Parts: sequence; C-alpha cells; structure tokens
Amino acid sequence: MTAPQYQASPGLWTLAWRRLIADRLAMISLVVVMAFFALMVASGTGLIAAKWADEVAVGYAPPSLFGTPATAVKNATSVSTTEPAENLYPGTVKDPLADEIAELKVQLGAQPGGGAKSSVGAGSTPLNDEIDYKDLDLGDLKVVDPIGAELAEILATTTAAVEKPRVDSLPFGADKWGHDVILKVIKGSETSIFVGLAAALVATIIGTILGAVSGYYGGWIDDFLNWFYSIFTAIPYLLLILAIAAVLNQKGVTTIVMILGLTGWTGVYRLVRAEYIKHSTREYVQAADAIGASNMRRMFIHIFPNVSHISLVQLSVHTVGFIKSEVILSFLGFGVPVDKVSWGSMLGEAQNELILGYWWQLAAATIAMAILVTAFSMFTDALRDALDPKIK
Amino acid sequence: MSSFILRRLWQMIPTMLGVVLLVFFLFSFVGGDPAYLLAGKISNKEQIENIRTQLGINQPYYVQLWIFIKQILTGDFGVSWATNEPVSHIIATRIGPSLTVLIPIMIIEAVLAVLVALGVAYVRGSLTDRAIMVICTVAMSVSLLVYIIIVGQYVLAYQFGWFPVQGWGESFSENLFHYSLLPILLGVAVGIAPNTRLYRTFILDEINQDYVRTARAKGLSEHKVMLKHVLRNALIPIITNLMIYLPSLLIGHFLIERFFSIPGIGREVILAVERSDFPVIKAITVYVAAATMLSNLAADLLYKAVDPRVQLK
Repeated sequence: MTAPQYQASPGLWTLAWRRLIADRLAMISLVVVMAFFALMVASGTGLIAAKWADEVAVGYAPPSLFGTPATAVKNATSVSTTEPAENLYPGTVKDPLADEIAELKVQLGAQPGGGAKSSVGAGSTPLNDEIDYKDLDLGDLKVVDPIGAELAEILATTTAAVEKPRVDSLPFGADKWGHDVILKVIKGSETSIFVGLAAALVATIIGTILGAVSGYYGGWIDDFLNWFYSIFTAIPYLLLILAIAAVLNQKGVTTIVMILGLTGWTGVYRLVRAEYIKHSTREYVQAADAIGASNMRRMFIHIFPNVSHISLVQLSVHTVGFIKSEVILSFLGFGVPVDKVSWGSMLGEAQNELILGYWWQLAAATIAMAILVTAFSMFTDALRDALDPKIK
Repeated sequence: MSSFILRRLWQMIPTMLGVVLLVFFLFSFVGGDPAYLLAGKISNKEQIENIRTQLGINQPYYVQLWIFIKQILTGDFGVSWATNEPVSHIIATRIGPSLTVLIPIMIIEAVLAVLVALGVAYVRGSLTDRAIMVICTVAMSVSLLVYIIIVGQYVLAYQFGWFPVQGWGESFSENLFHYSLLPILLGVAVGIAPNTRLYRTFILDEINQDYVRTARAKGLSEHKVMLKHVLRNALIPIITNLMIYLPSLLIGHFLIERFFSIPGIGREVILAVERSDFPVIKAITVYVAAATMLSNLAADLLYKAVDPRVQLK
C-alpha cells in the first residue's frame, strides 16, 4: 500500500487507517466487534435483554430453532426432542454428543432426573409469580421449595387459569430456571465484555504511566520500577490472580476489574518504557526542553502521541486476554457474584447440564465467546500491522 | 560461566525479597483478619483472640514478616487451615502428579508446534498458512478450551470408554500410561494453537535473513535449509518461551487437573482458594516464583548450548 504523494504528507493515523480499511478481514472483524459492543451498550442501558431473569419457559426447554417445533414438544426432556436436531444438522459439532445423550437416556430408561427437574420447575411457578424472587439463587430456591410445592397444590386448584403460562420450548432453549438462553447470553456478554474492557483500560493506563515515568527519568526511579516489574512477572499471572481473589474473598464486577487491571500492567509497562527510553533523547524532546516545556508536558504532550499506538494495540490485546481471564475466574466461581451472569458463570452451569444432555447453554456461551474473541484477535493483529508496518 | 551463575543468583535476591513482601502485604494487610475467617460465623471474642495468638498475628508486623521469611527458608509453613496436613507435605506430594502430566504435554506440544510452524512458515501467505492461522486464532478462545476438556472427557472417556474418566493410582507407570493419557491428549490439543502461532512468527523472522538465501544459493536441500539453518536460529526464542512457561504451566493446567481429579499443584491451588487456605496459597506462590526465576536462568544457560555466539555476562 503505497500512498500517492500529497503536498501535506498524511500522518501516522491516516496511513494506519488506510491500511486498516484495505484489509478486508480486519474490517469484517471490526464490524463484528462493534456489533458486540453495541449489544453490550444496549443491554447495559436496558434496551434489550432487560427481562432476561423472567422465567418464561419450563426448565431446560429445548431450542425449537434447531429442529424441534414448539407444538410437538410436550415433555421438555423426552428423547424425541433431541433426535430431530440430530437429523437436521448432521455436520455440527454437537451432534455426536446428542447421539450419545439419546443413547444414554435410553439406557437410563425413564430419565428420572429430567422429569423431576421439570416438575420442580412447574411447581415453583405460582410462588415466583406471587412474590418477586428475581434475585434468588439456587441455594435459596432449595430452601423455599417445600413451601413452594405446597403452595403450588393450593394455587393450582384455585388460580390455575390466571397463572402466566410457561412455554414448552424457545428458539434457543432455556436454562434450569426457564430463562431464555439467548437473552442470558446477551446479558452475559455485557458483563464479560465490560469486565475485559474496563480491566484493560486500568492496566493500560497504569502500564503507560509507569512505563513513561520509568523510561523518561531513568536512574533510581527506573531501577525501582523495574524491581517492581520483576516482582510481578516472577509470579505466574494466573497464580497471582487466584491469590488475590482468595485474599479479597468478595465477588463483584469492580473487584474482578481491579484484580485483573492491577496485575496485568506489566506487558504495557515494558513496551512503553522501551519507547520512552528511545524518545527521551531525541531532538524534538530537546527542543521542547529548550523552549521551557516542563517534564510532564514533554512526557505526555510531546512524547506520548508518538508512542500512543503501542498503548492502543496493548489495550486491544489485553481486552481479549482479560475477557478470557474473566471467563476462567467466573467458571471456577471466583468471578462475578451469583446474581450476575457472565460467559464464565454460564459455562460453569453448563458443565453439569451436559451430562444430562442439555447442550444449548454451553453451545450458546461458547459460540458467542468464540466469535468475539476470534474477531477481536484478528482485528488486533490487523491493527498492529497497520500501526507498525515494520512488523510483518 | 560459574561467575555468571553466581551473579545471576545474587541478582535474584532483591526480586525474591520483593515477592515475599508482596505476598506478605497481600495476606496481612489486604485480606483482613484471618481469625474471623477461621472462626467461622459462630465465634466469640475469646475464640478469636486464641486464634490470633496461635497464628501470631497480634505480634508486630516486623516479627510476623520475620516468621514468614523463616517459614520460607526452612520450608515449614505449618499446617493447612482446611485439612491440617503439613503444607510442605502437600507440596511434596502434589508436584509429582503435576509433572507426570505436564512434562509429556510440554514435550509433545513443543515438537508438534515446531513442526507445524516450520511447515506453515515454509508455505507462508498461502491458503494453507492462512487457514491454519485462522484455526489457531479460533482455538485460542478459552471457551473452546473448556469445551474441549468437557466434551473430550465426556465423549472419549465417558461414552466411548477409551480412557478412564478420572482417577489416579499409586504406581508411576499406571499413572502415566493409564490415567494421564487423556489429560495429556487434551492438554496438547488445547495448547498447540497459541504455540504454533508464536513459533511461526519466530521462524518467519529467520526465514527472510540473508544467510538463508546464501544456504539456498549453495545448493542445499530445502530440508537442510529449514531444519539446520532456520530452525537452529529460531530455537532461541522458542527455548525462552518454553522455559518461561514451565513454572506457570504448573498452575496453567489446573482446569485439566480439576476435571480429571489429578492430585496436582494446580488443583491444590483451586481448592485452597475455595477454602481460603492461606498457608497453602502463600507457600505455592513463593515457591513457584522462585522456580520461575531459576528457570529463567536455565533458559539463559541453554542459549549458550544452542548458540555458541551468545556471550554470557
């Protein structure tokens, strides 16, 4: 991509933007990433998926979009619900699994687990309609269940007609409590992307400031910050995160953003520091010194625009990394609190569902995450290539 | 050579001290009073005081720090808060199973990743190259990692019965050739994608160098050019990568250890975090940090073996 000669030569950002636009794969990735971000904002402001916690379907309602017509399903967990999906999509990854599950269910006979689950779900419905139990977690539900069963019997005889009906199947299926999986995935994306982005911002800002100070001043400040850097890199990243999670012992989105952000700055620091060492002796910085610019001004007004592309690429790299870390943390149960949903907590739930044959929650979270992470990684690669054409 | 090693060991002391200070700060200041954690929900003042005296946390901080340093040097971290098992015994017995699984994963993964990377770097820019790189990028998302482990364990072990679902035996050969096979297979499947991508860039850095053109001009076979010239020069960053990740692998494969109930270090860390078992986490953090620094040193020494031009100073 050689740019034609203009009177005023185009700047770094113009050139980089042109290179980026020329890369079709990068633009597709960018559109996908932007779509996810739009989804996050829309979900965060309550435009969509605000009612994800409504229990609209029976527990583990199967996904009708994948070959199960809604009217045909009477028993949400019968063997026949999984078989059409298998026949329609012989090439997908889940199919061998569905086959196995069907076999397993035949072996098990009357699938007692599934049947019991759905009856429990139906039994607790009236109670949930009477009292708003939106923030209830599983542990609490078990505690109130005996009363729920009694209430259900009474209510079923009296107010059965008034009761809000639960559908037998949803386009993308339902989870244990009857939440719509597609809404849940959107809500989970909101949490996961927000955590990744916020933590990456924290890490990049810390890394850039420390790297700038260290590289610009040198001397004992540099030695001290390097010592600090070597401490953080001596402890494997995941171990450090887990140790801090153990110490804080409190779950929350802010906590996890802080954990990831405060431990993840080392990569940015190293790169930014190297650039500042290189730039701090250049002529334009000496010229700035000569006209009386202060240290702060030289560091952040004069030098920073020349190294900001590194921070930008690192921000992008770390967002992907932190989304992955959040998923692992939440999957293990050290991440988001119980009343929040994220991709990690969905995977954590789905782990046990798979054995029972309910693959749709696992598939939904996995697909959403794989698409975003892949698109984001490819965009990051393209961004790096566009901003630093020397690396190829 | 020996002066180099001595100097490097000497330089490790301030970093190690920093790690100790960081861990001490985390567990003594950030975490709050562990006595409340230990006493549980039903506790009275007397109980709390008792526990505080037992743990030594009502002593001044410099005394506590000194106790901590002594613990590290003697290797005696007391007993686990959760199981009362001595911490040194926990670490000593968990490291074997971890290494039984990790070392084969690392060797197989490294060999395969280098071979694939050599292959795709050779046909760089082609459709094969781009396709494999896209597959690698997709495979690097963690959800797939979880997916591979869950589905792999479910299908291959549970359904087909080719491997044991989980478990761990007494004898080494039984562990390695019976229980570890599927964890190793899945570990390689998960880890090969990022390494292939990384090694490909290392090899691409070398493949355009002048000496490669010279080697071709001399009439060497493509085999010789790739394996003898390109690979040997690309080995330095590859070795660095392997050595740096060796200690973090101990923790990094905790998901595999967890799913297959392998009594290793990674699973122990997860259990300890779940139970707020601070002595175990502290001990593992400090020792793994020390192992990281030592393996960085080992990487430097290996450079010399691979590339005689490297000057150790």
